[in-house]
Amino acid sequence: MIRSTKDFWAGLIYLFFGLCTVIIARDYDTGTALRMGPAYFPMLLGYLLTLIGIISVVRSFISHGTPIGEIAFKGLFVIIGSVLLFGFLVRRTGVVIALPLLVMISASASDHFRWPPTLILAAGLTLFCVFVFLRGLGVPLPIWGSWFGG
Amino acid sequence: MELIANLELGLETALTLSNLFYCLLGVFLGTAIGVLPGLGPTATIAMLLPITFTLEPVSSLIMLAGIYYGSQYGGSTTSILVNLPGEAASVVTTIDGYQMAKQGRAGAALATSAVGSFFAGTVATFLIAAFGPPLAAVALEFGPADYFSLMVLGLVASVVLAHGSLLHAIGMVVLGMVLGMVGTDVTSGAQRYTFEIPELADGINFVTVAMGMFGLGEIIRNLESEAQRSVIISKITNLMPTKEDLRRMIAPILRGTLIGSALGILPGSGSILGSFAAYSIEKKVSKYRDQLGKGAIEGVAAPESANNAGAQTSFIPMLTLGIPSNPVMALMVGAMIIQGIQPGPSVISEQPALFWGIIVSMWIGNLFLVILNLPMIGIWVRMIMVPYQLLYPAIVAFTAIGVFSLNNREFDIYLMAIFGVFGYVFAKLGCESAPMLLAFILGPLMEEYLRRALLISRGNPWVFVQRPISVTLLALAALAMLAVSLPSFSKTREVALKG
Repeated sequence: MIRSTKDFWAGLIYLFFGLCTVIIARDYDTGTALRMGPAYFPMLLGYLLTLIGIISVVRSFISHGTPIGEIAFKGLFVIIGSVLLFGFLVRRTGVVIALPLLVMISASASDHFRWPPTLILAAGLTLFCVFVFLRGLGVPLPIWGSWFGG
Repeated sequence: MELIANLELGLETALTLSNLFYCLLGVFLGTAIGVLPGLGPTATIAMLLPITFTLEPVSSLIMLAGIYYGSQYGGSTTSILVNLPGEAASVVTTIDGYQMAKQGRAGAALATSAVGSFFAGTVATFLIAAFGPPLAAVALEFGPADYFSLMVLGLVASVVLAHGSLLHAIGMVVLGMVLGMVGTDVTSGAQRYTFEIPELADGINFVTVAMGMFGLGEIIRNLESEAQRSVIISKITNLMPTKEDLRRMIAPILRGTLIGSALGILPGSGSILGSFAAYSIEKKVSKYRDQLGKGAIEGVAAPESANNAGAQTSFIPMLTLGIPSNPVMALMVGAMIIQGIQPGPSVISEQPALFWGIIVSMWIGNLFLVILNLPMIGIWVRMIMVPYQLLYPAIVAFTAIGVFSLNNREFDIYLMAIFGVFGYVFAKLGCESAPMLLAFILGPLMEEYLRRALLISRGNPWVFVQRPISVTLLALAALAMLAVSLPSFSKTREVALKG
């Protein structure tokens, strides 16, 4: 019976990263204390993290903790999704399309989302970014992307 | 006197027209993000970092510093006027500040906060000027073993001062160090944990991590419960505190400055801790302690002085030892490295204009802040009204373009998105991100110092307890760990860090 879901999941994450760190480090040279190889320090950290993971998981069965609470799946997927989409589109469509899309999609995650102010915001931010970042600071992003022959 | 000559050099640097402009810009932005809901200094500085690459090193650091301490001023404005802290360090100010505003004394509260912050900022500036050079001189004697132990102490302190469970704070620190291992091993040239992705050969950029965890992660968290700021703000009429107010604020400001300065040097959330500690001390020693919580001026003066003092003294470890004490300082270290300056004790002697220029600019910045926050309070009041649903898409857009411009590649956008998920998941699990980012920066440095220390000692691990400096630092770290494990102390820690 899991008494503290926070401890349990955090522990699993530590365990996962700790074990991965140790297993992958086996491919690298450990060296000696005198001449530490590339695997020496990560290996130490990996073992330590695994140990912390085990303690956390064990503790989750023993002592009670506060519940995790509701997870904002909508916010999580919409925000992260909009950023990933921007990364995919930015060179293909260019900033003029990718950026307003990013603004509008991410804005739709809010409970107070309304079209009129969001459209104005998207237009304003796109103009700002084109002039300040692309023109002013020379960020090498296309205004029109490869799909439009840019 | 040497100090005066140094301060003169600093004045010369800080008073050039362009540096004055960047100082003003920094404190202006700082106040703005302090006032704006859900946007903190870490995310802002991470977003603006790529822009500062084009500036002179001094100018960029002056501006970034201004953003940080400026945010402490702005944070108190929302605490007082709408009962919502703009920054974590202003949480306690809501207690008495908002009560004062309800009694129609918002002006007096704002003025007290500004006066206290200004006094604290001035004292902290002189503290950095006075203690910086001797500390750096001591640090020049440090060997690799001493540096390693110092970083251990730094990480232990950030664990002790982190919110929530001790185990998770340690877990996050180790996880941060593990993530810091990604990339090319400096000594052997071996690629570690890169999964044959060429973009990972140079490691993960800490700005990407900071933008993901503190920018995107924070936004997703804020979307869980969107509080509308529909509080009606009464017109602020009288900014002048009464004679009685002035008399009563002196002692709390002095006490707050003292506590804030001392706690600010500690790694972790020094300025936050300072404001809580200052408030609880007022509760014990103030003559008017029974009025605290009901709109007492002491409840504004002490924590506001403390958080500003702490924000400024937290520069001491970064400027003198080259070791960041919080994520903001870690970003400043990153800014210095990108500008070609190796942070460390030699900065004072090799780049005196930079060091003293930053220090003097802090004092000038504090002066700007008083002007920005008192006569121009009307602008900020309007800014409080900016709805979050229009603010966060802008943050998303700026982080996406900002992170791309680090290396001009989409890969960093995707990586930032992953860290955004991390930031949210860890926040839900009650694991704090700040110690992780700190460890992420310090991890590779610690490996390097460990390697050098063991090489010098011919592989003898006892070198860490044989050197007097190193053993002292390790003993302090052990003491801190021990103290925090004691039940009576851990209760105090919980109370002090709650917020």
